[in-house]
Amino acid sequence: MNPIPVEAIQTTLGDARLQSAIYSSTARLMDKRAHAIDPEEIDDFQGLRTQANAIKRHAIDNLDYYLEQLEQNVIARGGQVVWCRDAKEAVDFVARISKEKGVKRIVKSKSMTTEEIDLNEHLEHGHIDVVETDLGEYILQLAHEKPYHIVAPALHKTRYDVADIFTETLHVPREEEPERQTQIARRVLREKFLTAELGITGANFLIADSGAAVVIENEGNARLSSSAPRIQIAIAGLEKVIPRAQDLATFLKVLGRSATGQPLTVYTSFLSGPRRPGEIDGPEEFYLVLIDNGRTRLLADEHKRQSLYCIRCGACLNHCPVYRKIGGHNYPWVYSGPIGAIISPQFHGVTKDPWLPFASSLCGACAEVCPVKIDIPKVLLELRSDISLAKRREGAGKWERLAFRVFSYVMRRPKLYEMGASMASAVFPGSQGKWLRSLPRLMQAPPIRGWLSKRDLPPPAERSFRALWRERQRAKGGN
Amino acid sequence: MAAPPASARSEILSRIRSSLGRTNATGEPAGLPPARIRIPDVPLETRIGKFTAALQKLSGKVYRASSREDARAYVENLLHGRSAVTSNAPFLAECGVHSIAGVRPGGADREALREMCASLDAGITSADYALADTGSLVMISSHEEARLVSLLPPLHIALVPLERMLTGLDELYTLIPVPSDRSSSMVLITGPSRTADIEQILIRGVHGPGEIHVVLV
Amino acid sequence: MQRVSVFVTCIVDQLFPKAGLAMADVLERLGYQIDFPEAQTCCGQPAFNSGFWDEARGVARHFLDVFEGSEYIIVPSGSCTSMCGHHFADLFQDDPAQLARAHALEPRVYEFSRFLTEVAQATDLGAHFPHTVTYHDSCHALRELKVKAGPRQLLSHVRGLTLKEMDVAEECCGFGGTFSVKFPDVSGGMAQTKIDSILRTGASHVVSIDSSCLMQLQGVISRQGLPLQTIHLAEVLASR
Repeated sequence: MNPIPVEAIQTTLGDARLQSAIYSSTARLMDKRAHAIDPEEIDDFQGLRTQANAIKRHAIDNLDYYLEQLEQNVIARGGQVVWCRDAKEAVDFVARISKEKGVKRIVKSKSMTTEEIDLNEHLEHGHIDVVETDLGEYILQLAHEKPYHIVAPALHKTRYDVADIFTETLHVPREEEPERQTQIARRVLREKFLTAELGITGANFLIADSGAAVVIENEGNARLSSSAPRIQIAIAGLEKVIPRAQDLATFLKVLGRSATGQPLTVYTSFLSGPRRPGEIDGPEEFYLVLIDNGRTRLLADEHKRQSLYCIRCGACLNHCPVYRKIGGHNYPWVYSGPIGAIISPQFHGVTKDPWLPFASSLCGACAEVCPVKIDIPKVLLELRSDISLAKRREGAGKWERLAFRVFSYVMRRPKLYEMGASMASAVFPGSQGKWLRSLPRLMQAPPIRGWLSKRDLPPPAERSFRALWRERQRAKGGN
Repeated sequence: MAAPPASARSEILSRIRSSLGRTNATGEPAGLPPARIRIPDVPLETRIGKFTAALQKLSGKVYRASSREDARAYVENLLHGRSAVTSNAPFLAECGVHSIAGVRPGGADREALREMCASLDAGITSADYALADTGSLVMISSHEEARLVSLLPPLHIALVPLERMLTGLDELYTLIPVPSDRSSSMVLITGPSRTADIEQILIRGVHGPGEIHVVLV
Repeated sequence: MQRVSVFVTCIVDQLFPKAGLAMADVLERLGYQIDFPEAQTCCGQPAFNSGFWDEARGVARHFLDVFEGSEYIIVPSGSCTSMCGHHFADLFQDDPAQLARAHALEPRVYEFSRFLTEVAQATDLGAHFPHTVTYHDSCHALRELKVKAGPRQLLSHVRGLTLKEMDVAEECCGFGGTFSVKFPDVSGGMAQTKIDSILRTGASHVVSIDSSCLMQLQGVISRQGLPLQTIHLAEVLASR
């Protein structure tokens, strides 16, 4: 069981520049979303969310059917489907194909799924030049860092950081202007696109009735990765499948708006298989890699299954007051924010980072903005219950359990409750909790110490409501 | 390396079924909500207006040509001597685009086309459809439209007949319910390539064209 | 005379009784007769939110027993209303008998401001509170109970009161029950963001319908010696 990363969190909280970057970037994305879902901009956005949730529910509840249909349709269009039980099988497949086809360079567009399976690290060992082509991901690749945010990976980097990174790794003259930094990246990456033998993309959606992968982006690097090289591989979690191409009329409307406030991202690619006879360009070979890696386990819990509806828009991160303070790197996995908090324990077991589902005030801002209406607070509560039961089995968390057993015992016995409360009132009189701070033994109790580190504690009222109420009723002459 | 795909496949499917509380595959599942498709009744002129406003908001340029000759003149003016590669769309020939100096036909040879797209200043295409709601072009990969012409050169010019202007996604997916029946690739292009990855500052022309001109004819 | 029951909540009972008394004043002035079942204790939310659902169930059952016969149960807290009105069903999803009781309870539980605007249909309570205030939307009330316009409407009729909205009214104050003690740094940071925004409004008071939020904010205000006071909506509405 990993403990709360207290020091790392404190470091992030204490970094004023980083706090400002996280806060303003997320505020900007929140604003853009709010504008894009305004009724003047789009009709009945809430109705679209309801539809998106209903389609995802149906697709996930019938996942086997739609995956088989997807596979049939991919094969019918000249592609191949590769089913991978775990990260290793997916990485092994890519390595094997690369070897067989003499691939020396791979261009890759942004894909959280490929982060999840650590694709780059494993391929780089095989002496293949794997190049991230999304600008933010490219910067991070050069800096050997993980993404900070699902949609805005380099949120935490300034132009000066980028200048440092480019000068050091690309050996170019120092350039601090973002416009020119982008041109540098464009130039370097263009050469990679045109010489790579293999292009790897993720997929935002897999369309069962079409055998297609839908990839959305703003830069053009996913289009280039899927069109320039001879071989294309699309890697996606198997939960990405939706029944019909027509369902995109719903999903595309909620995804862009929720993520960045865009009605549509610049490029929306609908890719099905290698190029057809008559088509002039496009890949000669197309592989769709379907990844399980634990998703089938998530399916089993009917209350938490909705976690698989996620379309990776990042809106929950932007609106989460906790994410906006601790940033993306304090979460234990590549998926951060509220969605990370609910899927990480389900993938890795609730006892690995048992603090994670508790790192939330359950404010519900995430559920309010989720385009597919995942009830994130509900799943967090279910996970908290799972953790409590797991701790009991492992004999951990004895004090907390004792405290709540006492709580429950007392709260079922009104007389005992009253007695306990008046005892507390007698022992801790007045003075805004300052008295409490002078008691060293009490300081040992983490909850009190935790509260007092930042705030004063109110004293118990001299007389409780019920005591005052009784008096008031007596004064009035009875109930 | 003995990685038998068949067994991974059957294991995954059987895990799915047992997670969902079933033992066997089922037939087509009941309860699929009908697709939410609403096509508004919008006259062509209004569609053109919406398209123009939407694309201009994204810093794309829209020119409404009065005729094919006018369209050609606009392109010639815009290129101003720069070089361009065209797709094989018949509409481009109808507009006489190939007679502009510096404009070269892309042809059907994959390597030659790629070379031109990588080195010339502009790519000229038509488009299969335009979407008024979002200011998007719909490009379906085919013998007439190669993928790279609208992607590699830094300037993209699209000449689109007015009657191809649809209201939006809903109408597109009604006309083409299964895009993969038509082609290996259908791309919606909505404005110039952009990023905000560095300090959330908006920059255009990252990998795709930084400039896009749509000529409605 | 309509009889209504009140569930004052353990935090109001023990730490902020004035809010409970103010609520009683307002209701009595509107002509309601108040029933305070003495056997009431807590809604069980601390145990539920911490994942101790067995322990929470016991407390929830006690609540159901205590309020079995009440036609209206009025609560001066968004989070406790949400617990009784929404989450008891989560606790009893495997117990049909208790689940039925939980569902029967749901329509009878009212957060205080919602009771005023929807049942009593009273928005002007003759209150007088000549101060500049800002209103904090507590999360459970805002998102689970959809309480947003009601309190503002009630405040708009208070004589002498000026309402200044803070720019982050809907952001969480950082309390979240045990979250505030398990993650004190983050919780403190969230409170600070709210406090900074409140100070920018120039208000002298911050008003909420949830004492737990007020306790969180008051803790920071008090520690930093800031010129701000926290006050429950009921106390504002009872002021003459």
